[in-house]
Amino acid sequence: MKHTISVYFHNNFNALSRIIGLFSGRGFNIDSVSFGEAKEKGMARMTITTRGDEQIIEQINNQLDKIVDVVKVVDLTYTPFVERELALIKVKSTPDTRAEITEVVNVFRAKIIDISPETLTIEVTGKKDKVIAAIGMLNPFGLLEVARTGTVALKREFTGAT
Amino acid sequence: MKTAEIVVQKNGTMEPQPRRRTNLLHSVTGQRMTGSEILLKALGDEEVEVIFGYPGGVVLGLYDALHRKAPPFKHILIRHEQGGTHAADGYARATGRTGVVLVTSGPGATNTVTGIATAYMDSIPLVILTGQVPAGLIGNDAFQEADIVGITRPITKHSYLVKDVQDLEQAVHEAFYIAKTGRPGPVLLDLPKDMLFAKSRYEGQRKIRIPGYNPVGDGQRQRIAEAAALLNEAKRPLIYAGGGVILGGAASELTELALKSGIPVTTTLMGLGAFPGNTEQSLGMLGMHGTWYANMAVSECDVLLAIGARFDDRVTGRLDGFSPKSKKIHIDIDPSCVNKNVKVELPIVGHVKSILPELTKLARPLKISGWRQQIATWRSTHPLRYRMREDKIMPQFVLEKISEVTNGDAIVVTDVGQHQMWAAQYCTFNRPRSWLTSGGLGTMGYGFPAAMGAAIGCPDRDVICICGDGGFQMTTFELATAVEYKVPVKVLILNNGYLGMVRQWQELFYGGRYSHSELGSGNPDFVMLAQSYGAIGYRGEKPDDVMPVLKQAMRIKDRPVVMEFLVAQEENVYPMVPAGAALTEMVDTDQPVA
Repeated sequence: MKHTISVYFHNNFNALSRIIGLFSGRGFNIDSVSFGEAKEKGMARMTITTRGDEQIIEQINNQLDKIVDVVKVVDLTYTPFVERELALIKVKSTPDTRAEITEVVNVFRAKIIDISPETLTIEVTGKKDKVIAAIGMLNPFGLLEVARTGTVALKREFTGAT
Repeated sequence: MKTAEIVVQKNGTMEPQPRRRTNLLHSVTGQRMTGSEILLKALGDEEVEVIFGYPGGVVLGLYDALHRKAPPFKHILIRHEQGGTHAADGYARATGRTGVVLVTSGPGATNTVTGIATAYMDSIPLVILTGQVPAGLIGNDAFQEADIVGITRPITKHSYLVKDVQDLEQAVHEAFYIAKTGRPGPVLLDLPKDMLFAKSRYEGQRKIRIPGYNPVGDGQRQRIAEAAALLNEAKRPLIYAGGGVILGGAASELTELALKSGIPVTTTLMGLGAFPGNTEQSLGMLGMHGTWYANMAVSECDVLLAIGARFDDRVTGRLDGFSPKSKKIHIDIDPSCVNKNVKVELPIVGHVKSILPELTKLARPLKISGWRQQIATWRSTHPLRYRMREDKIMPQFVLEKISEVTNGDAIVVTDVGQHQMWAAQYCTFNRPRSWLTSGGLGTMGYGFPAAMGAAIGCPDRDVICICGDGGFQMTTFELATAVEYKVPVKVLILNNGYLGMVRQWQELFYGGRYSHSELGSGNPDFVMLAQSYGAIGYRGEKPDDVMPVLKQAMRIKDRPVVMEFLVAQEENVYPMVPAGAALTEMVDTDQPVA
């Protein structure tokens, strides 16, 4: 089962290596990773999506927590949370196909961020399934390159009940 | 957010205090000094008594500072960094203090890797100080450069690369704090040469604040009550105690609980000595080479109380066959240990020293005479036994004699292999920190240097090291260190001319094809080898030689002694749980019961 884990840690190269090394060293699975500076100075947040049964996930959470530089580990999977991914997609495009491609782009509320006589570069953000669908729809036109980020996620604070 | 805000008192206690700030007015607070001097001062503040080290290029400045002003601790010059790391490890296990190693960059650092991994697997507190090339050269493939922080990342609890001399003092104090608290482990400090020459002010304050590291836990009251209830109802309870009891200094708390409740106790290899071995209540070791009765007890019990143990594969055998009839309580300081291999009904995370007394308060003396009778029956039908021979020394015989000759009071250290298992079976341990062995990693070559480190840490105790002819040859060179510092370690080589454990497996599972496991043709004359270093050497070839040689050796107090006993060549360790088998599928010796 897919899990999204948010790790809040001291931002140094050593901590980063330890966290990633933990996964490879113990045979845990990483589907995607994204990492960047957090709000506080010197701290960083990493969002990891991984798969495993309950026992494995508990192990992953505990082993992450054990790392001295890691301050907080939150398994977002069972709480309400928002998640987003971004993809940059370079598509083959001739003047004939350009209009069609633009149509697809509009459906996904994506943006064309670069244009050349032969190509279009498109930026798509959204949940993972939306990004996958966008790439799938653009595939028939001829994908030249795709650059994807990992998932970033934060807990939802207000779920509507008062 | 979890935070540990600790102020360390000058007397060395490291328990977290509730927000009391003590300004330590150090004698040199505010003085400017080099990184080397700061490091030595900080080590002194940590009340380090011994460090094991070997000089080299990038630490010359540090060694010069050691020479110019004698530090408050002793520096032992070892002969190989691996030996030094094992020595610091043995020192730590015997004394309960943190072992300290000092080596140079590149090959000096990489030579410590095996020793660090050994300590990591057994949760031993070590601080490893490695020199490093100047910070500006890092990453340039400089002379004697190695990314030791990267190499040891998976085998250290934490590590530091201290590029700025202003961070050095704090890093040292944090390193010692992290090494010793929670589940102990090795911490590495990588120290670039230029940083050690740079100057900064000495603070003299040990304020530790590591958000995200909060190792203290007391277990939940509710859980402890539930555990007590479970134990008090049990008909066939068993205590399974591991190395964590000894590391947590909780042997007397465990003994109190066991004596009050009357629950039989079995220990892991690492837990030997946590409960006195010379009682009927003690079932000896369990697991792959554990006693028959301990393994049967584990398999038939209805409540298993695991304390400071991690359900390692050497103990459990095939997981689906491990203790199938029991409800399990697991007391451990490390939450990641819980439910890792074996599903546990009642985990209690916290410090064993504070949890056990709470449990003992609620425990009652149990009426389990039927269970005790059952265990006694197993013990009488399958005791530990071997065939005594007139013409050849039996290794088990030698080990039985050790307890006799030392009054059960010595520190026994082993290397790795058959002799290690026989020592665990046939030696009796009545107090903690009397038994040192590489359990988790199983490192050959560990025994002798670790024994040396233990002897240096505990000069008032006899230290006996049991090795095979294979393991001793891996770290023989530390004889030079032992002779130089007059360390009276007694080394006992059980020489069977083979890599014994490998030979046993080749005999039992590989059709007796002894592929490259015979050492006899290349072995040195161990007596001459010892003498060439200035140590004393004895040889025993017949069973009647054993006691006289042992007694003679115990009298020597000013240099190491090597006793070589030529033992029976094709002996096997029994009982044995074959790989992939359940504990109940033990194979015992076919030697009849006396």
